[in-house]
Amino acid sequence: MREIKILAIVIFFTGLLYWGVEPFAHTKLHPHVPAPDYTFKDVDGLNGLTGDATKGAESVAANCTACHSITAVGFPPVMDDATSAASYGVVPPDLSSAGKIYDANYLAAFIKDPAKAAKTAHKFEDGASHPMPAYNWMEAQEIADIVAYLQSIAPKEMTNKEVFVDACQRCHSIKYGDFYGGSMAAKTPDENIKSYMGVIPPDLSQMIRSRSESFLHEFINDPQKHLHGTAMPRVGLTKSSEDQVIGYLTEAGDSKKAEREALGGPFLGYLVIFAIFAWLWKIKIWRQVH
Amino acid sequence: MAEIKESFFSAEGLEKRLAGKKFWKTMMTEYWIPKDINFLWAMGVVLATTFAILIISGIFLLMYYKPDTALAFDSVNYTIMQDVAYGWLFRHMHGVAASVIFLIIYIHMFTGIYYGSYKKGREMIWLSGMLLFVTFSAEGFSGYMLPWGQMSYWAAAVITNLFAGGSLEAWGLVEWIRGGFAVNDATLTRFFMLHVFLLPLVIIKLIVIHFYTLRIPHVNNQSSEDIDYDAEAEKYLAGNKKESKVIPFWPVFLSKDFAVLGIFLIFYFYLVFFNYNFAMDPVNFDPANPMKTPAHIYPEWYFLWSYETLRGPFFDMFGLKAGDIGLMIFGFAQAAFLIIPFIDRDPDILPAHKRPRFFIWFWIMIIDLLVLTVYGKLPPTGANAWVGFYATAVFLLLFASMPFVTKADAKARGAL
Amino acid sequence: MSNKTNRRDFLGMSFAAVAAVGGAASLVGMKQAWDPLPSVLAAGFTTIDLANIDLIPGKPQIFTWRGKPVFVLEKTAEMEKFDGDLVIGDKRYTVTIGLCTHLGCIPAWKKTGWKCACHGGEFNANGQQTFGPPPKPLVVPPFSVKGTVLTLGEEGTESKAMMTARA
Repeated sequence: MREIKILAIVIFFTGLLYWGVEPFAHTKLHPHVPAPDYTFKDVDGLNGLTGDATKGAESVAANCTACHSITAVGFPPVMDDATSAASYGVVPPDLSSAGKIYDANYLAAFIKDPAKAAKTAHKFEDGASHPMPAYNWMEAQEIADIVAYLQSIAPKEMTNKEVFVDACQRCHSIKYGDFYGGSMAAKTPDENIKSYMGVIPPDLSQMIRSRSESFLHEFINDPQKHLHGTAMPRVGLTKSSEDQVIGYLTEAGDSKKAEREALGGPFLGYLVIFAIFAWLWKIKIWRQVH
Repeated sequence: MAEIKESFFSAEGLEKRLAGKKFWKTMMTEYWIPKDINFLWAMGVVLATTFAILIISGIFLLMYYKPDTALAFDSVNYTIMQDVAYGWLFRHMHGVAASVIFLIIYIHMFTGIYYGSYKKGREMIWLSGMLLFVTFSAEGFSGYMLPWGQMSYWAAAVITNLFAGGSLEAWGLVEWIRGGFAVNDATLTRFFMLHVFLLPLVIIKLIVIHFYTLRIPHVNNQSSEDIDYDAEAEKYLAGNKKESKVIPFWPVFLSKDFAVLGIFLIFYFYLVFFNYNFAMDPVNFDPANPMKTPAHIYPEWYFLWSYETLRGPFFDMFGLKAGDIGLMIFGFAQAAFLIIPFIDRDPDILPAHKRPRFFIWFWIMIIDLLVLTVYGKLPPTGANAWVGFYATAVFLLLFASMPFVTKADAKARGAL
Repeated sequence: MSNKTNRRDFLGMSFAAVAAVGGAASLVGMKQAWDPLPSVLAAGFTTIDLANIDLIPGKPQIFTWRGKPVFVLEKTAEMEKFDGDLVIGDKRYTVTIGLCTHLGCIPAWKKTGWKCACHGGEFNANGQQTFGPPPKPLVVPPFSVKGTVLTLGEEGTESKAMMTARA
């Protein structure tokens, strides 16, 4: 009985120590932020309008393809990445999948005023301007038509990697996605992205280990929450596309996760059997001396 | 001349040359341990096992790790964690074992303090044990640098800065330790040498000394009774196992060790597979960046209590700068427990529950170290700074008061 | 008394067996940690497009495959036809690993054959050993052919046939 009491004391103090150093300290070091909002209710978006994709096609051809490639419908990029980065500051995204991965209301708001929707207006002061002009002069219906068109040409299914490439790879490299081949470097060359953003956006190879999943959701949904003043735009990913991005971060950064979780159960099962045999043998041996 | 006539290829011949049976008796079946023990007595074998896990997992990590600032991070987080078969398992085992071993060291150490296992002939065991604690601390510190993450770099930068000695401003010494102006490639490779070669050798030698110095005074027991080992051993060997106060190391003592080990391994591997962030801090999965300090840097949990004594004094006192006072207390804290046998003035060996004032002293120490640990992780601002200040003061007072507390108990008992 | 001993032995031995199973499983895992890495095995393929490498007949080029040199020789009209040649269109090639089969040095091309400086071994334009200590012809690596493109690392019918012809 005394041994049980001693064990209880050891467990109590160990538990107290763990609680103090982990969950308790965590709440002090990382103050709580509001949950992510995938409805983007703060933006001036579609405001209930439904768009006409056919009309949208004409508007896109007239307004967007000068800078944006749309390989899905036969608008290849007019410049290579290095040249477009040098011209715009950053490689402009191809719009083939924009209708799927970004929220519709967000897209409408972004077209109207890119820096405002992306929450990067604070970076464009002293004469600097967003490389994409604001389309706030356009009729709201025309913008809705554009969004409808983008949704109509977007693929129905995308792999996690495809979502990452479209949503993140213009600025962020993820070396571990192709460690020896080098194909997962950021599309915008370092010098260009550094002068455009102010810093080189971090490589995302181990971001899935250095940040928790909840942090990543909060951060991607609104970077300003955790890193106030950051140059990283809010990109307007839908929840499912964001899940896919995090899925890719896991594929590249914690590719053994499934193996680890699968092995854990049987491994511990074996150790339980080991412990049972060890205790039975101990009891047998000690019966002789008690 | 000791000529052995029996053939090399016979059982008797081999026995005469190696004395295997005699060795087995001395080390195992007739190495006498008290019977009146609890599971805390198994911590020694748990430590030996955890150390073995560190060595074996370390061997596999060593096959693929690259000690170069440009290559280290990827050699760990890509090659070992994602390419090598079971590389992730060896890395998780190594990181979690390095953390858990300190939990067991502290339990082992405070068991020794509680039962007075450092007194009256057991001082060498205590001293070799405390030297093991210091060496393991250096081993843990040097190992943490190797993945070359943000925490690796900045912990190295901050701790090597301490060697400037506060007001002594011994910056030359800091550069000598680092092998350069800032923590750099030379720092990484020399700490690699320490971690992989020199410190493990020192640890193994200290373990041998620790085991050796344990034999003569014998292992302590729950009531700290002074046992007549010869008489009790005779009883046991005569077949009177139930009345004897001793048990043989093999198979009786070790059978209990294995049972405790079985439970420990479940706990340990649960952490390895499912709850390892306390041991492998997420901040260290950001590659080292000498141009950017993370928002929060802190040492591993087992260093937090002494780290907090460094930050405890946050204003100048007695004509000394706060930083210098902190440095002195921090230096003292590393070696403080070494002096315990010599400031305990009670002539009797007794468990703490038979020494009422010492019992209170003991639990205040435990709580104070817990408070120092938890506050060592928090930013030292506002109320936190005052808690740290008072907790550090209590720590010093505990050591200053130990001679008087222990003497008072002895007087009350009539032993002094 | 003997009952007790037997029972304890049984329990003790089954405990030891359980421990041994764990030990054996650990050894298997440790063995696998020594295996060549998946990234190394994946990188073990090299492609050579014979049409694109400006090969001059009679002047072999050296490529690297799995860390070893590979000789690619386009045979001249004067060099005798061998049924172990790689035939693509009207051209005949010798493709072998460029390591002497004696002790592994790289032999040098000497107009009509390879000569190894280490111990004097000689190989003809087919890679067959003609003089000195080499016991076997130069080894044909596994490769597959698609048009004029060789992929070293995956066995094809051509490379199998070439190796058999030299046996």
